[in-house]
Amino acid sequence: MGLALLAVIWLITFVSTYFFIWHPWWLPAGASAAAAGIDHQFTFTYIVMGIVFVLAQCSLGLFVWMYRERKSSPPADYSHGNTTMEVVWTVLTAVLFVGMNLMGSKIWAAERFAPAGDSAIPVEVTGMQFAWYFRYAGADGKFGLTNPKLMDPSSGSEAAIGLDSNDPASKDDVVTGTMMLPVNRQVDLTLRAVDVIHSFFVPNMRFKQDAVPGLAIHMHFTPTQVGDYEIACAELCGLGHYKMHGMLKVVSQEDFDKWLAAREAEKQ
Amino acid sequence: MARGAGGGETIMATSEVVHAHAAPQGFIRKYIFSLDHKVIGIQYFFLALTAVWVGMILSLFMRIHLIWPDANLPLIGHIQPEAYLSLLTMHGTIMVFFVLTTAPQGGFGNYFLPIQIGAPDMAFPVLNMLSFWTTFVAMVVMLASFFVAGGAPLHGWTGYPPLSAIQSAGPGEGLGADLWITSIAIFCAASLMGALNFITTTLDLRAKGMTLMRMPLTVWSWFITAILGLLAFGVLLSAGILLLMDRNLGTSFFLPTIVVNGQLLGHKGGSPLLWQHLFWFFGHPEVYIAILPGMGVASQVLSTFSRKPIFGYRAMVYAMLAIGFLGFMVWGHHMFMSGMSPYSAFAFSLLTMAIGVPSAIKTFNWLGTLYKGRVRFFTPMLFAIGFVSLFVSGGLSGPFLAQPTLDIPLHDTYFVVGHFHLIMGVAAIFGIFAATYYWFPKMFGRMMSEPMGKIHFWITFIGTYAIFMPMHYLGMAGHPRRYSQLTELAYLHALIPVQRFMTYAAFITIGAQLIFVFNLFWSMFKGAKASDNPWDATTLEWTTATPPPHDNFGGHTPVVHNGPYEYGVPGATRDFVMQTDPAIGASH
Repeated sequence: MGLALLAVIWLITFVSTYFFIWHPWWLPAGASAAAAGIDHQFTFTYIVMGIVFVLAQCSLGLFVWMYRERKSSPPADYSHGNTTMEVVWTVLTAVLFVGMNLMGSKIWAAERFAPAGDSAIPVEVTGMQFAWYFRYAGADGKFGLTNPKLMDPSSGSEAAIGLDSNDPASKDDVVTGTMMLPVNRQVDLTLRAVDVIHSFFVPNMRFKQDAVPGLAIHMHFTPTQVGDYEIACAELCGLGHYKMHGMLKVVSQEDFDKWLAAREAEKQ
Repeated sequence: MARGAGGGETIMATSEVVHAHAAPQGFIRKYIFSLDHKVIGIQYFFLALTAVWVGMILSLFMRIHLIWPDANLPLIGHIQPEAYLSLLTMHGTIMVFFVLTTAPQGGFGNYFLPIQIGAPDMAFPVLNMLSFWTTFVAMVVMLASFFVAGGAPLHGWTGYPPLSAIQSAGPGEGLGADLWITSIAIFCAASLMGALNFITTTLDLRAKGMTLMRMPLTVWSWFITAILGLLAFGVLLSAGILLLMDRNLGTSFFLPTIVVNGQLLGHKGGSPLLWQHLFWFFGHPEVYIAILPGMGVASQVLSTFSRKPIFGYRAMVYAMLAIGFLGFMVWGHHMFMSGMSPYSAFAFSLLTMAIGVPSAIKTFNWLGTLYKGRVRFFTPMLFAIGFVSLFVSGGLSGPFLAQPTLDIPLHDTYFVVGHFHLIMGVAAIFGIFAATYYWFPKMFGRMMSEPMGKIHFWITFIGTYAIFMPMHYLGMAGHPRRYSQLTELAYLHALIPVQRFMTYAAFITIGAQLIFVFNLFWSMFKGAKASDNPWDATTLEWTTATPPPHDNFGGHTPVVHNGPYEYGVPGATRDFVMQTDPAIGASH
């Protein structure tokens, strides 16, 4: 029985570790400025935790096998513990965990403490059951007013977010169902939700943030690679949660300007 | 608060007045509305056993729906996406409240806490009975939500408003959601009664010589769990009442201006984040409410079957106290992505990492207990070893999620589902299994079948890893949780084979639980007769008759001379010294 436990615990440990090392399933390719830092912290954490995992599981398997009761086994060691060892592993774990935390917190601070830069492009993201809408401020650089009383999801994107056409600033606002962003330029996001909580999740951008009714949450990220990236909703929002997805298209600044100009022209 | 050994006599005198009730006559007073903590413990146990089967079947339906979305199932037919969310909500709620909170504390705690401290009953037997029957009512109300118009709610076990606060937000958010919240509120009231009883009993009814530092670690774990319950359930109860008011009385505690499907609702000014703060102020301690008793049982069983004193008894007690204390200061780590201030995320993250330290101490001490022991592989020991393994595996994904930086890709993905299922789900369940196999002989007077127990262990141990370990890979790949279909997001398609593997593993593992249930009932009637102390163990429950008499110790009160885990004492006549044996120093 001791040997069987040893074998099974070790087998589970090595199979699990094998999949983590071989990684057929892994973080999706990073395509934002923050991705490298986050991935580095992830890899570091996973190597440290992986070592602890293998050591702890292997000793567990080894001990139950080595110290199984046999006729020939010596009497059990009458020991109530060892204070020095308790202190050693308490300090070691504390240093390890707190140290890991402090390392990662620099990235968090860069992503979330500082506001977006002046050259960032403002985009408003609105979540509702079960779609994402994206608003661009247009030439005046200002978002026009929205009014909850005007919201009507059945009449298209501008009506869905309740854009108030009486406000001059809203005249050149562009509202779309696909998110278009220029590459290598920071985006200054304003996240809103009109009905329930949604979560704006773009795995390739290493970006996730809840959109909460009643709050306008400011966030930023910088896409660094041209391409199409899926957007998911990561907060349970109702029966259509699984199909509340969108697309982020990252293009060159030139293509982005052309695209926005074309949307403006359509509106006039 | 802490009394020395000398304080026992006066207190016992008081308790004898309180517990002067004679053994009840008649079926109803004996088995239904019983005041005997042992009967109430067994009632809790069977309530949890019923609940765990409901919860498991729901999870099986979910797993079937995920990989065969068009399947037509007997009884329930075709599962719609919204029905999947109802299954998920009810699975989580039933498992967390009616299994993980109920079985270890209400079940085993009720039965064994008074016996292990040498008391004739709980401090407040009537309150104890009331607490069980209130829990029973809560469960009936919870299950009723399946059968009302619209069905069970779909807002997840965390019940985040506005989704949980607005009738028009989805099917199940009508009467079903009202029943769901009401049931939880009733459950909170029941748990508060239980917590009060556990705390008073531990502090006031200990036998002579049963100092705090001679209490078995199981007693410590139930005691600390009760304190957590007393502080946490009150908050959830209040939050639940506020949510009911938002739903039915037009208040706006959790609701700002909201437009659902083009309809402007009349609420304004409330905050959805307020609910998250209140919920997780309960919800995080709840994680420890589920796992602490498992830690206690694992310690008890590992020491018993290693034939060695527990390694670092005091460190184990302090670690549990630290976990309980820190457990109230880490709730914000559930909210890193919620819109909460990023500065507070920093503090919550640091405190969460800190809670890893006492958890690690416990693991080291369990390994230290096995080291140089004489390990006996009875079924309870196998589950205790399994507990340690699962606790390590589930625990080590914690430091990923505790870092807000890594929470960005991992929050609300299957990585989280894998993490909490391993650590608060199956690790706690392994604690319950260890407790069942360990104490069944004392409770029912017969031994459980060892061969059946071992088969049950092997399938369950390998099966749970096969179900929950792959969830981490899915989460890393960005698979969001609570998705009823995997067809919409293109990047999920490649992950469907992993989901399929997990469903097969779930079938086998759930099937193996039939062996457990069969063993349980078969052994109750056909098992070998158990002696008073079949495991050669040391704590007080093994000094009394099997099963214990109505007043636990047959008219006398035990006097304690030794610590709880005196195994392999050099010079002793046998390899264990019971707590009531003459003091170790004096015996040789």
